[in-house]
Amino acid sequence: MTEAKVISSPHRHMGLTVRAVMVRVAAALLPGILVYAGIFGPGIIIQCVLAMATAVATEAVMLRWRDRPLAPALGDGSVLVTGLLLALCLSPLSPWWATVLATVFAVALGKHAFGGLGQNLFNPAMAGFVFVLLCFPAQMNQWPGAGTTTPGLGDSLSVIFVPGDTAVDAVSGASALNHMKSRLGLMEMVSEIRAEPIYGNAGGRGWEWIALAWLAGGLALLALGLIRWHIPAGFIAGMTLFSGMAWLLDGEVYPAPLFHLATPAAMLGAFFIATDPVTAATSDRGRLIYGVLIGALACLLRMWGAYPDGVAFAVLIGNACAPVIDRFTQPRVLGVSPR
Amino acid sequence: MTRALHPFPGGLPLDHYMEWTCGEESLLQPLPERIVLPLLQHIGLPATPIVKVGDKVLKGQKIANASGYVSVCIHASTSGKVTDIGDYPVPHPAGITARCIVIEPDGEDRWGEIQAVDEYMSVDPKRLQDVIRDCGISGLGGAGFPAHVKINEGVEKAVDTLIINGVECEPYITCDDRLIQEKASYVVAGTRMIGHAVQAKHRVIAVESDMPAAYAALAKLVGDDIELVQVPARYPAGGEKQLIQVITGKEVPSGGLAIHIGILVQNVATAAAVYRAVTRGEPVVSRYVTVAGEVPKPRNLQVLLGTPVADCLHTCGYEPNPRHRIVLGGPMMGQHLRSTNVPITKTSNCILVQEEPGPTAELPCIRCGNCATACPIRLLPQQLYLDARTGDYDTARQHHLFDCIECGCCSYVCPSQIPLVQYYRHAKSHIAAEERRRDGADHARVRFESRNNRLAADAKDQPLPDNMHTTSANSEYVQAAVERTLARRAGATGPDEAAEPHD
Repeated sequence: MTEAKVISSPHRHMGLTVRAVMVRVAAALLPGILVYAGIFGPGIIIQCVLAMATAVATEAVMLRWRDRPLAPALGDGSVLVTGLLLALCLSPLSPWWATVLATVFAVALGKHAFGGLGQNLFNPAMAGFVFVLLCFPAQMNQWPGAGTTTPGLGDSLSVIFVPGDTAVDAVSGASALNHMKSRLGLMEMVSEIRAEPIYGNAGGRGWEWIALAWLAGGLALLALGLIRWHIPAGFIAGMTLFSGMAWLLDGEVYPAPLFHLATPAAMLGAFFIATDPVTAATSDRGRLIYGVLIGALACLLRMWGAYPDGVAFAVLIGNACAPVIDRFTQPRVLGVSPR
Repeated sequence: MTRALHPFPGGLPLDHYMEWTCGEESLLQPLPERIVLPLLQHIGLPATPIVKVGDKVLKGQKIANASGYVSVCIHASTSGKVTDIGDYPVPHPAGITARCIVIEPDGEDRWGEIQAVDEYMSVDPKRLQDVIRDCGISGLGGAGFPAHVKINEGVEKAVDTLIINGVECEPYITCDDRLIQEKASYVVAGTRMIGHAVQAKHRVIAVESDMPAAYAALAKLVGDDIELVQVPARYPAGGEKQLIQVITGKEVPSGGLAIHIGILVQNVATAAAVYRAVTRGEPVVSRYVTVAGEVPKPRNLQVLLGTPVADCLHTCGYEPNPRHRIVLGGPMMGQHLRSTNVPITKTSNCILVQEEPGPTAELPCIRCGNCATACPIRLLPQQLYLDARTGDYDTARQHHLFDCIECGCCSYVCPSQIPLVQYYRHAKSHIAAEERRRDGADHARVRFESRNNRLAADAKDQPLPDNMHTTSANSEYVQAAVERTLARRAGATGPDEAAEPHD
């Protein structure tokens, strides 16, 4: 007797698949990438391509190693988004081996060591980023745009791929957050520091436009219903709240909330990284708490941490807290009286 | 007076595809060559046949008795001859067979003697319940809960609000819409009758906001005694728990019944059936069925119960096509039919033909939470999925698995295309089987003990036959028994010969 498979209702699907979600997320990142490349040269595009290629290769190797079918996992596009997000966190001037190392770490240890898509406790891109950030802090803190020239394609390629290329010194400097942190450490005042040419209207010159482009992409994701508002809103609220309190306490020691928000890391983090569903809390209420937690932590780490930026660390800490948040924010089931 | 409506959590705005069938006059489905009436067409215990193979039956004649409280009787849906009582394919996703009474129609479709209850307003509610029970009325909406059980509960525990459910929230289905448009007076009168039977304080008839013609038809007939409510179109607003929440703002307690909060919900078709039962003594022998989807002439049919699904499809000009999937019910909750050679039953509201979707790869859950957002019960579908997949059924129960109404919203939105409802059904049936096994052991012990007691009592009352005491007579007795057994094995085993019914 042939035991045919029982076909269960529903007999319809809305048609939105993981792959479709990933394609849309990547598309929402595109405006920011173009603005990035327009202002700071093609380095970022090279990093994106490098990270995505490494991510796919690592995923394929890991799947083969784990004896899993390649097609469904590679076809869902999630690993490409991981690579893309990782590249966008790194400096466009990072040496190629750092990007490759970060991506391999992200996919192999951040994702597959936990059991692949859906199983990972930590955001793989952030795990990879923090790995190289901790291991190679010097190389990770060379950012373009600090009053230097914009590298062209040739310069970008040579900076990324030629070891020990001195061109990097000509095109790199400290990021706005780094600059602010070190100058504040020298007891300078925020208003003095902000007068320097590397700052724009709200944040770092040029960088604030990238942040705006990430914000636009994030709002597009919201409008398409691919993410819900709770995490980004919580993130922004948490960051605003804590930086605002410090700023009100002393506006010359602590920069204004807008300075924190107008960084690419904050907008990318709020809309694209903290919203990674696998590693986030699941209920609406839980996600709001999760967002506030990450936003607040990122802000606190920026103000008092050892590193200039804290978004990546905050996301990882948020990831670790997500199961606990879920545990205490279970929605009340219909018809069950509250305890 | 307009009632303030309340939202329910989750749900989905679905396309309705109603326009093809809701404006078309329903057709009478012609008499089929063979009527197959399953003994179980509702929730509860199957009915017990009271006719034999070869009996002549008339339309509306009772052919099977309710066996127990949660059971309803079955009536012949046309006149003819009983040709078989046996196992036939019935609508079920696993394609199983079940006990059915088969009638070969004589073509006259002649009614048997039926008796009306003259004046329902003067009739004792208890008597009205008996009429409803005797006319084989089980919920004609979807689940098919025996109507008299709900009404009886309603009589015993004061009913505050009677809701007559005309909210057809699943796409494609318009059979209730058509019924209201064509038989609005039945629905309204039936509502008054049920309202009288349970002495409901408030009576509400609810339709969906995209059923304007049905609303207009009802609006002409309802008086001050009945509130007519239009419910916003959002799936699954027509689910009992959701409709109660929309209309009253109350939540049906988890694991409880609507009646526990003083609410009785019946389908519009059930109300119309009650009207027929009371004023004419007519039992449930036919129903409205929507035939929709990939059929040349989609429309509603008035179908005699027991008519094959294939006949209904044929009436709508459908030619069988292996690339199509036939669904009994709507696209969200309907059952997949492996064969169209199954009968229309009391709960068959729609036959949907749709393109067979290609094979879908089930991807890992990415915890996106879309399922939780869509769940109208506010469950944690992804958690339940993990529990069900890992076989952690106790945890699944703690996560309120049995509150799931299987509406399908979670599966519909899942980007990983995980058949979540299938996992929940599997978990539920696993738990139910486990409980049956446990209860079964208890049950067997009780039966064994009661049998021993009974035998002991019998032995006291009357001495055993003499031949049981002598060895030679005893061997004769055994010999006779062996011969009887051999004879029975050689011949066909009739249902009458089954020594003891398995329960």
